[in-house]
Amino acid sequence: MELTGAQILMECLKREGVDTIFGYPGGAVIEVFDELSRHQDALKTILVRHEQAGVHAADGYARASGKVGVCLVTSGPGATNAVTGIATAYCDSIPLVVFTGQVPTRLIGNDAFQEVDIVGITRPCTKHNYLVKDIRDLSGIIRQAFYLARTGRPGPVLVDLPKDVMTGKGEFVWPADVRMRSYNPTYKPNLVQLRRAAELLVKAKKPLILMGGGVISSNASGVLTDMAMRYQIPVVSTLMGLGGFPGTHSLWFGMVGMHGFVSANKAVGEADVLIAVGSRFADRVTGKISAFASNSRIIHIDIDPTSIRKNVSVDVPVVADCREAVIGLAEVLAARAEEKDWPNEHKDWLAGLDRYRKGNPLSYVRNGEIKPQQVIEAVYELVKDDDAVIATEVGQHQMWAAQFFKYTTPRSFLSSGGLGTMGYGLPAAMGGQIAMPDRRVICIAGDGSIQMNSQEFATIVHNKLPVKVIILNNCYLGMVRQWQELFFKQNYMCTPMDGQPDFVKLADAYGAEGYRITEEADLVPTLQKALASPNPVIVDVRVAREENVYPMVPAGKGLDEMLLV
Amino acid sequence: MRYVLSVLVENEPGVLSRVAGLFSGRGFNIESLNVAQTLEPGVSHMTITTSGDAQIIEQIIKQLRKLVTVIKVVDFQELAAVEREMMLIKVQADDSRRGEVLRIADIFRCKVVDVSLLDLTLEVTGNYEKIGAVINLLNRFGIKEMARTGTMAMKRSMQRDS
Ligand SMILES: Cc1ncc(C[n+]2csc(CCOP(=O)(O)OP(=O)(O)O)c2C)c(N)n1
Ligand SMILES: [Mg+2]
Repeated sequence: MELTGAQILMECLKREGVDTIFGYPGGAVIEVFDELSRHQDALKTILVRHEQAGVHAADGYARASGKVGVCLVTSGPGATNAVTGIATAYCDSIPLVVFTGQVPTRLIGNDAFQEVDIVGITRPCTKHNYLVKDIRDLSGIIRQAFYLARTGRPGPVLVDLPKDVMTGKGEFVWPADVRMRSYNPTYKPNLVQLRRAAELLVKAKKPLILMGGGVISSNASGVLTDMAMRYQIPVVSTLMGLGGFPGTHSLWFGMVGMHGFVSANKAVGEADVLIAVGSRFADRVTGKISAFASNSRIIHIDIDPTSIRKNVSVDVPVVADCREAVIGLAEVLAARAEEKDWPNEHKDWLAGLDRYRKGNPLSYVRNGEIKPQQVIEAVYELVKDDDAVIATEVGQHQMWAAQFFKYTTPRSFLSSGGLGTMGYGLPAAMGGQIAMPDRRVICIAGDGSIQMNSQEFATIVHNKLPVKVIILNNCYLGMVRQWQELFFKQNYMCTPMDGQPDFVKLADAYGAEGYRITEEADLVPTLQKALASPNPVIVDVRVAREENVYPMVPAGKGLDEMLLV
Repeated sequence: MRYVLSVLVENEPGVLSRVAGLFSGRGFNIESLNVAQTLEPGVSHMTITTSGDAQIIEQIIKQLRKLVTVIKVVDFQELAAVEREMMLIKVQADDSRRGEVLRIADIFRCKVVDVSLLDLTLEVTGNYEKIGAVINLLNRFGIKEMARTGTMAMKRSMQRDS
């Protein structure tokens, strides 16, 4: 039977298991939305208020659920608005398929109304992208797009859909499988390398696991936790790996990097064998490269060969899916387990790290003002037993949310790490809530960031999503102000957020609940009330304005050159 | 260090810009790049000459392999290969200098492909070093124009070790 392109798209989406689409219509995709109206039972379409937010929502949906997030926008400005969302997902390896409308094929290249070369624009920030020129290629391309998005190192894939391809008719054939001679990720670890890794671990006096976002995306958290516990290996994590290992466990020594814990950064400096799992050694993680893990042999497990030896030289490279690699390594280690009294031989190492943890815990000074760190601690205490999902915006509040909340399960921390996109958190929380209707979803926001996609309060209220937004309101672009304080003689150029809206009234205007907290004594009771509400809530917490995030490794310094409180 | 990479790609629209974009986006050098069809329909062959230290070349190769449209990358550093480039070069050669220019052309087995009262156009084929030598020698006569194909390369059948 012949179907229109739009109908073929629907069939493909259903076969890919899509249940939610974040979308925004326009001339180039009007037929597709028309068709979508007849599939709302299967392909629930959420109308966002800005295409950037649509992609972030799909991204939050993907991070929270592990499924591919889907977004559909129109040509031209719809497509360019989506770019920040796509780049955000690309930097953090999040599986998305983004469909953009395009002018009819015969007009492409003619500077037609709302035409942009979105395939050209997104080439460097997608894993791959396609322009569908012929309806006969449509189902095959969509199949490939989903396959590429979710396999190997995941990432966003864009499919550009010219209007005439959507309205034209063709035979629908669902390809039985995907075969691409030019794309073959390596999933299975090389046994020789695993044996070399095991050899290093058997000999190690001070081994350390450094996990990154790859642990989350490959669902390696369980096997990694087992391995760490069985062999008594301490664990630290990048921002992206948070939740991959329980933050309440005695082997957990915190987040590494620019705002990492003293215990974690010290551990990296002192370890003699570092097992990096699914981390790309970003500059925010390593600090000055020459001083990074300088006492350590490095075992690097990653599915992307380009991550290996890009920034850091490696002794044992393992190109593989992180989960497969950890399972393989655990097997090889099990065969050699008897060669070492693991708990005993790691005892001093763990005790030393414990001294760092106890001697230099995360800290801040209480003085009667509401300290932002205190807000995160209070939120943690209130929700720690119910597996909440925390989404963040970008800035100081993001770092405090990373430091002071103890994540215990994967996919419970949604944050833009690689691109650091202000405006990510609110729509990501929205997407996370749609993916996880039964979990409590909290967005920790800054007063600056929240204004970058605050239009999404409308989407949240309209869809009755009980997202809780907690604004750590310091009336500053705080993270930039911190740099100005420390490195630019307190010249606070363009960082005071004067002319802020009244966020409680804003909540009211959108039909959400709004609370303001100005006194320390009100903090816990009001948060409690806000978090217990079945409705969308905005809490405006007036925090100490000039609090800084510590520890801090200034850009370009080594991880042991931390500034402390 | 100068490296010659041979890259087989799916011949689809945009593939050249994916490759070129990778080099520019990551700050890698391209000294020369040429693209042509192969005997296999749908597959094109690119020869890319680039430079960098070993770590950079490793990254370039890995990044090329990561492109979804790239089928195969061969690094000719690791294999014995035949390398050739062709150049058309127009040199000032009035009566007083023509003899000298022709002598050099002869030594390097260049072909004269065009001639006028004031200049000679030569066709030169050779490896990178030979092309460089010809340019150096002709420079003092005054080079008016030049066009180069960039390096092409092919693996030798008899490899050093086998
Ligand atoms: C889209 C975007 N623009 C600019 C920046 C640079 N930037 C990083 S943090 C920050 C300040 C964020 O302010 P706010 O949301 O109030 O958070 P705070 O640091 O005060 O907690 C800025 C401007 C960015 N990360 N993203
Ligand atoms: Mg702020």
